[in-house]
Order: sequence, then C-alpha cells, then structure tokens
Amino acid sequence: MADTPADKTPADKTPAERVPTVVADGVDIVYRVNGTGAGRGSATAALNRILRGKKAEKAAGVRRVHAVKNVSFVAYRGEAIGLIGTNGSGKSTLLKAVAGLLPVERGRIYTDGQPSLLGVNAALMNDLTGERNVYLGGLAMGMSRAQVKERYQEIVDFSGINDKGDFITLPMRTYSSGMAARLRFSIAAAKDHDVLLVDEALATGDRSFQKRSEERIRELRQHAGTVFLVSHSNKSIRDTCDRVLWLERGELRMDGPTEEVLKEYEKFTGGPDKAAKPKPAPKAKAAA
Amino acid sequence: MSQVLDPPPPTTQAPPGPEPDHDLAALAARHGLSVSGARPSLPQYVRQLWARRHFIGAFSTAKLTAQYSQAKLGQVWQVMTPLLNAAVYYFIFGMLMNTSRGVEDFVPFLVTGVFVWTFTQSSIMAGTRAISGNLGLVRALHFPRAALPVSFCLQQLQQLLFSMAALVLILLAFGVPPAPSWVLAVPALVLQFLFNAGVAMVMARVGSKIPDMAQLMPFLLRTWMYASGVMFSIHHMTGPDSGLPSWVGTALQLNPAVVYIDLMRFALIDSFGGSQLPPHVWALAVGWALVAGVGGFIYFWKAEETYGRG
Repeated sequence: MADTPADKTPADKTPAERVPTVVADGVDIVYRVNGTGAGRGSATAALNRILRGKKAEKAAGVRRVHAVKNVSFVAYRGEAIGLIGTNGSGKSTLLKAVAGLLPVERGRIYTDGQPSLLGVNAALMNDLTGERNVYLGGLAMGMSRAQVKERYQEIVDFSGINDKGDFITLPMRTYSSGMAARLRFSIAAAKDHDVLLVDEALATGDRSFQKRSEERIRELRQHAGTVFLVSHSNKSIRDTCDRVLWLERGELRMDGPTEEVLKEYEKFTGGPDKAAKPKPAPKAKAAA
Repeated sequence: MSQVLDPPPPTTQAPPGPEPDHDLAALAARHGLSVSGARPSLPQYVRQLWARRHFIGAFSTAKLTAQYSQAKLGQVWQVMTPLLNAAVYYFIFGMLMNTSRGVEDFVPFLVTGVFVWTFTQSSIMAGTRAISGNLGLVRALHFPRAALPVSFCLQQLQQLLFSMAALVLILLAFGVPPAPSWVLAVPALVLQFLFNAGVAMVMARVGSKIPDMAQLMPFLLRTWMYASGVMFSIHHMTGPDSGLPSWVGTALQLNPAVVYIDLMRFALIDSFGGSQLPPHVWALAVGWALVAGVGGFIYFWKAEETYGRG
C-alpha cells in the first residue's frame, strides 16, 4: 500500500499514478461568535443584529475568529498525513472543513467521496445500553442494520467491555469513563472510510487498548484511501504518517515528509534554546 | 491568540503542488472530486434521507426510551403521563369550570383534543430545537440534516400511539362504543404527521439561525392552542346563535390543528357527528399535510449546507 513517502512536489512527479483524494484550494475558515458584545447593552445590540443583519455584526459584538488562513494542499490516495501545530492553531477546524461539516469562507475543498471524522460520541445516549448504542452509532455513521449486526460481535470484542462480565447490556451511564471511551472508539472504528479523519483518538483507554487501537487505525488506513491524523503525540505521528502538515495560527507553515517537518516543529516547540523566551510578535501579525 | 510561541515566520512551506490556485480546481475536476459540504440536489437529498431511514427510526425510539430510563416505573410512564394529563384537564375544565355544557361525551372530547394537540405542539417544539439542540451531532457526523426533525416527529408519533392506547381505555370507561369509524384515525394520524414534520422542518431551520425561537415558541403555541378548540367546541362557540360573524367560525375551522383534532374526534367519538366537522375536512387535511410537508421539506433543504455552522 502506501509506499509513497510524500515528496515535496508530488503533483509534477508521476501525475498519471497519483490520484488526489482531497484538494484544498486557498481555504479560509472564519468562526462567528455571538454574545461577546462589550460596551453597549447587549440586548439592544442583539436586536440591532437581528434587524440589520450582517452590516451590524461588528457593531453588535459578533467576533470573527479567523481560524484557518489560505491553506492549500493536495492529498493523494494511500497517504497518511499528520496535522500538527500548537493548541488553537486550526487543526481540528481544518479537519471539520475537509469533512464538510464546517463552511469555508473563501476557497474550496474538493474530495473524493465523503470523508468522515472518526467519532460517534454525539450520536450515543448515556441512558441506553451499550448494545443499543452500538446499533445507534453504527446507523448514525451510515451503516445498514445488517452491516451493524454483522460487525456487532467484533465491535464488542474489540472494546473489551465484556471482558469483566456482561456489561454491554447495562446503560452506558454506568460505565467508567475508560470503558465508555473504549466502546466509543470501537463503534467509530467499525466502519471503513474512503478518507478517514482522526482527531487525537489514539489517546483513549488503558495501555493495552491504546496498542489495539493504534493497530486498528493502521488497518483502517490500509482500507482507507487517505488518512488524516491530528495529534500532539509526535511519536504516533511518526508511527503512522509519512507526510505532515504543520499549521500555526491558521497558516500552513510547512508541508513535507514527516521527519523533516517534525524536526522543525520540535525546534519550534521544545527546542531549549529557541522557545524558552518568545520574542514579541511583530505588530502587523498580532491579532487575528 | 497572542500567546503563540513565535511569530509566524515567512512560511518555509514547500508548496503542496507547484500549481497556482486555479490549477488545483482543475486538478480536482480532472479526477472527478466533488466540493466538500455542498448541498445535494433535491432528488439526491430524498434518496440520502431514505437511505438513513433506519437511523431515523432507531434515533427516535432511542430518544423515547431514554426519556424514562431512570424512572423506577420505567416505560409505564409512557401511558401514565398522558392519563395524568387528561385527569388534570378533566378536573379543571370538566369539574371546576364546567365548560362541558353543550358537548356530549365531554371527557373523551377533551382528552382526544389534548392528545392530538400535544402531538402537534411537541413536534413543533422538538423541531425548533432539532438542529440548535443537536449541534454536536451535526458537527460530528454526516447525514441529511432533515433526519433530525423527522426523527423527533417520529418520536412524538410513537408517544402519541401510547397516548392513544390510554385514550382507548378512557373511551371505553366513559361508555363510548368501539366503532368501525375508529379506523379513520389512521389516515388522520398519517396526515397530521406529515403536517407536523413539515412545520417542524421549517422551525428547525428558523431555530438554527435564531436560537431564541425556542424561548418564543411556547407562547405562540399556547395562543394557537386556545384558538384550536382543544378544550371547547368551536362548532358550538361559533354557531348561528353565538352572535359572532360567520367568517370567524370559518377562519377558525381552516386552522390545521382544528382540522386534525376534529377528524380524530369524528373517528373515535360516536356523538361527534359529521355535522360538527368543518366543510371539506378531508380535503383540508390533505391540503395542509401537502403544503406543510412538501413546503417545509424544500425550505429545510435549501439551507442544508449551513446547518451546524457559526
């Protein structure tokens, strides 16, 4: 499978063989946050906003957060791409936009098929039994009833919920947080995806479960066309990815082979001589 | 945003492709990639929704079950709640205020009205929160968003079926005989469900843009309820001897809630004869169901790609 360590200029190397699965073309993403109005009474501001629409946005205290700025990249089939960057640099936001769950302000994201985020937490209900949640989660991800039935035993076994007794028939609210996290991961990982987006999912459960889930991610990666992995663990990025995108303050700062980018990134974050005392930012770039 | 360690330097990024932007679009087009997060066409959307029917069903049942899962009596509350509701209304309107004058079989009349109205009311309320209250789901998973309001209406329909079971008990207890006309309850419910789902989808879109609607809706709905003859007979109130101009009665009887409530009464209660029904009642019922159902669906679909944003 992925025997293509990403090189820096993929597009012009062997254009006939490399099939793009995700193309981001100058993507900008902006969040609008209501109710941050400072100064004037926010009730009138809110009314103003409703009546006058966009024009009044600024006056009414809607803050715009420019989370991703002009990011372009092409991801190819068979690649596993790591997304790194300090907290709040726009990694998860970019991932959501690739999944089609967030709108882009400018630019376009083109995808082959429907990329999916790995995660079903939102569809599960704590008051229901683990068993019913397996079905609910599977259906929410777009599996058919028959598919869920077929995978059911596999999911339960993988989660290890029943290792210590018949817990799958208890409501999920009775699970320990670790057990619940394991079941959630097992459900989410039960489906094969064309383009798989993983947002720091590796850090759940105990050590043995982590090992198993890393293995499962690798398996998913073999079936999936392309994998995106957001993680703060440089080790798991090294283990899984052959190409890394480094986002900083919403801007794509580096894009290249894992080792090269991670070396720079480590210098940037952990390098004892470099990051000890941050230099004052130039004013032009200060606020987003 | 100012505690980033370093200023973003002049980007040392090796560009992913040497092509300028418009070539990326061309590259995408060459390989048949589609724009992520774009709104599907209407027929596509219907197909996607149909493909998710199992999810819609499972989600509504799960919500319904989760509702009482912590109570000791558990699912018994599904029937207990409507019965208690009916008892309270009977106590206030039947015994204290004695509104029953002029209405035969007042208790079945009242309880039918309350249950059928509650179905519409809670569907619309749930619809208003369908998107704004489930942002987590909308932002994490990909599915046609109309699945949410439809699923909530389906939950209310299931709830109503429990209420109907309670209603049958009440009818029998008050000596209303079972009749073949009870079968008419089925088409009436189907049409009402379509109407509710349509309005719920409209409100889901409105509520997703203006979350404040969830605060406002209870008042609008209560006003609507008082105009819908849930606890009194519109037929009697606006009859020729009431002194009201006749257009008031006509206007009130066009009210979709009145149409569906009266149809159900007509189907279930022997003494509620056809003469008390609004004119062309089935045509009205079908018309409202189609207008709201189809219109609401299209209105909701028009904003499909914007849900869960902001």
